[in-house]
Amino acid sequence: MLEPVNVSLESLNLMTLAPMLIPIVGALLILVVDLFKANQHKSLYVMLSIIFLAMDFGALLESAGMFAEGGTMMGVFDVMLIDGLAIVSQFIIVGASMLFIPLALTHSRFHEFSYPEFFALFLFMISGFQFMVATDNLILIFVGLETASLALYTLIALHNRDKSFEAAVKYFTMGALAAGFYSFGAMVFYALTGSVEINQIASVLEANNYADIGYVLVGVVFMLASFGFKLSLVPFHTWAPDVYEGASASMAGYMSIVPKIAAFIVVMRLFEFMVHSGIVWLETILYVFIVITMTIANIWALVQTDVKRMLAYSSISHAGFVMAAVMIGTTQANSALLMYWVLFAFTNLGSFSMLWISREKGLEAHKGSDHSYDKFAGLIKTSPFAATIMALFMLSLAGIPPFALFWGKLYMISSAVNGGYTILALIMALNSAIAGYYYLKLIIYMFMKEPVIGKDGHVYAINSTLSLQTIIGFAAIATIFAFLFVNPLLEFITAFVYNSGY
Amino acid sequence: MFDHILSILIFFPALAAMLAIVIDKDSIRSYGVAVSVVEFALSLMLWFGFDSNVSGMQFMEHYALVPAFGINYILGVDGISLFIIILAAFFTMIGIASLTDTKNVKNMIITLLMLQMTMVGVFAALDAILFYVFWELSLVPMLYIIGAWGGPLRVYASIKFFLYTFAGSLVMLVGMLFMAYFYYQATGEWSFALLDWYRLILPESYQFWLFLAFFFGFAIKVPMFPFHTWLPYAHGQAPTIGSVILAAILLKMGTYAFVRFSLPLFPDASVYFMFPIAIIAIIMIIYTAMVAYAQEDVKQVVAYSSVSHMGVIVLGTFAMNVEGISGSIFLMIAHGVVSGALFLLVGVIYDRRHTKMMDQFGGLASVMPRYATIFGLMLMASVGLPLTINFVGEFLSLLGFYQQSHTLTLLAGIAIIVGAIYMLSAYKKMFFGEVTIEENKNLPDINKRELIALIPLSIITIWLGVYPKPVLEPINNSVEAVVQLMHDKSITEEAKSRIPNLKLEDPRTSAQEAN
Repeated sequence: MLEPVNVSLESLNLMTLAPMLIPIVGALLILVVDLFKANQHKSLYVMLSIIFLAMDFGALLESAGMFAEGGTMMGVFDVMLIDGLAIVSQFIIVGASMLFIPLALTHSRFHEFSYPEFFALFLFMISGFQFMVATDNLILIFVGLETASLALYTLIALHNRDKSFEAAVKYFTMGALAAGFYSFGAMVFYALTGSVEINQIASVLEANNYADIGYVLVGVVFMLASFGFKLSLVPFHTWAPDVYEGASASMAGYMSIVPKIAAFIVVMRLFEFMVHSGIVWLETILYVFIVITMTIANIWALVQTDVKRMLAYSSISHAGFVMAAVMIGTTQANSALLMYWVLFAFTNLGSFSMLWISREKGLEAHKGSDHSYDKFAGLIKTSPFAATIMALFMLSLAGIPPFALFWGKLYMISSAVNGGYTILALIMALNSAIAGYYYLKLIIYMFMKEPVIGKDGHVYAINSTLSLQTIIGFAAIATIFAFLFVNPLLEFITAFVYNSGY
Repeated sequence: MFDHILSILIFFPALAAMLAIVIDKDSIRSYGVAVSVVEFALSLMLWFGFDSNVSGMQFMEHYALVPAFGINYILGVDGISLFIIILAAFFTMIGIASLTDTKNVKNMIITLLMLQMTMVGVFAALDAILFYVFWELSLVPMLYIIGAWGGPLRVYASIKFFLYTFAGSLVMLVGMLFMAYFYYQATGEWSFALLDWYRLILPESYQFWLFLAFFFGFAIKVPMFPFHTWLPYAHGQAPTIGSVILAAILLKMGTYAFVRFSLPLFPDASVYFMFPIAIIAIIMIIYTAMVAYAQEDVKQVVAYSSVSHMGVIVLGTFAMNVEGISGSIFLMIAHGVVSGALFLLVGVIYDRRHTKMMDQFGGLASVMPRYATIFGLMLMASVGLPLTINFVGEFLSLLGFYQQSHTLTLLAGIAIIVGAIYMLSAYKKMFFGEVTIEENKNLPDINKRELIALIPLSIITIWLGVYPKPVLEPINNSVEAVVQLMHDKSITEEAKSRIPNLKLEDPRTSAQEAN
């Protein structure tokens, strides 16, 4: 007969679960609403989602306040780990989701938004990501990762087009492979150390001074491959352009931000101690990954004829750029990663939204997306405002000061310089110059070419509604006036990252 | 109002450009002229309020931008930057006033005003990141001007211009980050403020690498041989106004940055690299002069001659003494006036004939006498005729370098003779002889709008050639402070002997008095 287990409720510290539970409750509520009265307008679901995300954001503010006072919190049998990293990344996840969800309010009707399940899945996905970043338990990370990924596959497939199904299946297959790699990696670490907690793994490995270095290598390779898929590092990136192309533009923009920040946080937790333990080959592997991802993706982006694919490759390149922070591993680098991602979220979501407002229905079967460069030709003449805003996002992505991403790049390259990685800093700088070319290409199409006959401004902004314009305007203002909030952002992030020991 | 005059000078055109969006396109030209006249008047007020006896920075403004990372909004002018700012305001004014009929004139004027913001910003910024912001931002309007209003190869030319400069300046950015990191290591504080950096004495090996990183960014902008290949394309394809601004102001950013950053921050490395750079400068002077002689397109002649003269400016800068640096800064202004005027003049004939090929002309002196006179004057100034503005600058630059090396100066002097050859032969082809082509017989002479631009330039050319003191004196004071700073900071024997000791009081204390 087993002894009854006695656990006091207080020691569970259930408050740590609150931010994750809010979107789950919201998702269930949306489903229940649908049970009572089906076929309601999508605006209802959008607003319900926003309300719950706002509550989630509020709960995060609460945890941020508690962290600032009391430091890192553990909860639920020490499975949950609410440290600065978890809080800042959840801010990014929830904030970007709040910017994303109003994009459903398009002018044209799209299939996926008529289902309440879309919004329910969306909220489930967010809680999955939140679980992923707020724990150092490899099993809970896996659960969060899979919850989020499975929801995301479905969300992509809901964008009822042949290409979307293809994209979803491709993403699913690759994701399944990544999940397999992940579980293998986790297994190896468990076999080595007898624990699935990252901090336990770290202390056991350090205690025996990395005696089984060969097995550690195996585990690291599996983990790196798994997260390589999630972060679309070259050569695990092959799914990314196709999936971005198949998904709706807004979803593609979302995918370039939120899933990746969640994966970055896990990678940071997992590799941080190993980078600092001075294992040379790990640094070499990461170095090669970073340089290849940045450079090759940039070169592929040069030759794209479709703006969306170009942005897909550019997102890959940005991920490689930011991955450098994991290798550098200083507090400045980790803060730079988070800051970069906040600024990138505004800019990239903005530029994908600019594609989204021009999405036409009734696409020819053979075409993957309708965002060829030609579509943007002469945009300055037909709709100057849209052209200017798009150019703004492109300049920001290229890292032209004083727009948002410049500050991220500046701080990132500075962290490479301070970490002693001079060559890497130069490679990062020169990659920004290469990237300048394809961003400029779009600007050239918009500003210096004649418009294609028969396309007036209305066709371009066909999907535009007030809510879309609000989101884009918000992103544009944040991009232009980034220099005003860079300082508070930097101080906030640095304090949180520093206090959680990264 | 003098407290914030620099901020006003920078952001007034930008604000005006925003407002210009709502103005009707038929009235936009008057609006542009009005705004740029106000801006020019403001820049004259800056000169009026400027105390030319003070060698340090004046009209300083200081606000924190990203204090956590040492980035501040710091502005200030001294004798070195003052006149280039005035020149920028002046050229934007006459550029807009003399703007010929172009398509999309509204976009053009908005772009020019935005460009003006960045130009003034570069020369007034005293924080490295702020400098970098304006420096990079200036590429965007220029890209648009070349790419949207240029010739047949405009897209290629504009991309080449942008990417070349962008790549160079990113390397420079890495250099700046290193510099800030060294400052952080030395003092425990982050700072990108230039006046803070001036106080930092770096070991020689650091200086070399940082000098090279900065050099890469500046040399492309100047442009120095062998990084000059973007410039003939940019000039060849750019519309007249684009070439004028590019030659008169944008190229000066590079040479100005040498004086502002490279020399005082890395005096030992500057001395170490003095001869290599001088040799590059002389290759640049002679080689591009020869290339200019081979051109058939008159605009390319002016473009290559412009590169050639930039070589003299670089040579003067790296003379590292008061004469050389003052001369090079004076020559920056002179070169701005003269090559700006020459590009305007080429634009005049291009508007009439829509060709720039010299064999399409000939005998224009009899058809367009006033045009020929002004062209002749500017040509003489470009060649460096005494009593014109260029002569003062060239003479001082070469005099300065003569103290460092006699042979190299002699070589550079020869180039000026080559300069005379290609310029005079171009003039001969265009203006002398019989009018052979029928179309040329009835060309109208310069009209009023063109005179508005050209007359003031002619006056400046002669006035400052005869009496350069009002400009030269403030320049001289500030340059003395820079040279003294370099002497004090240098650590090697070589540098101490190459850079003269002027036995001035510490220039930094006078900088603080000026606040």
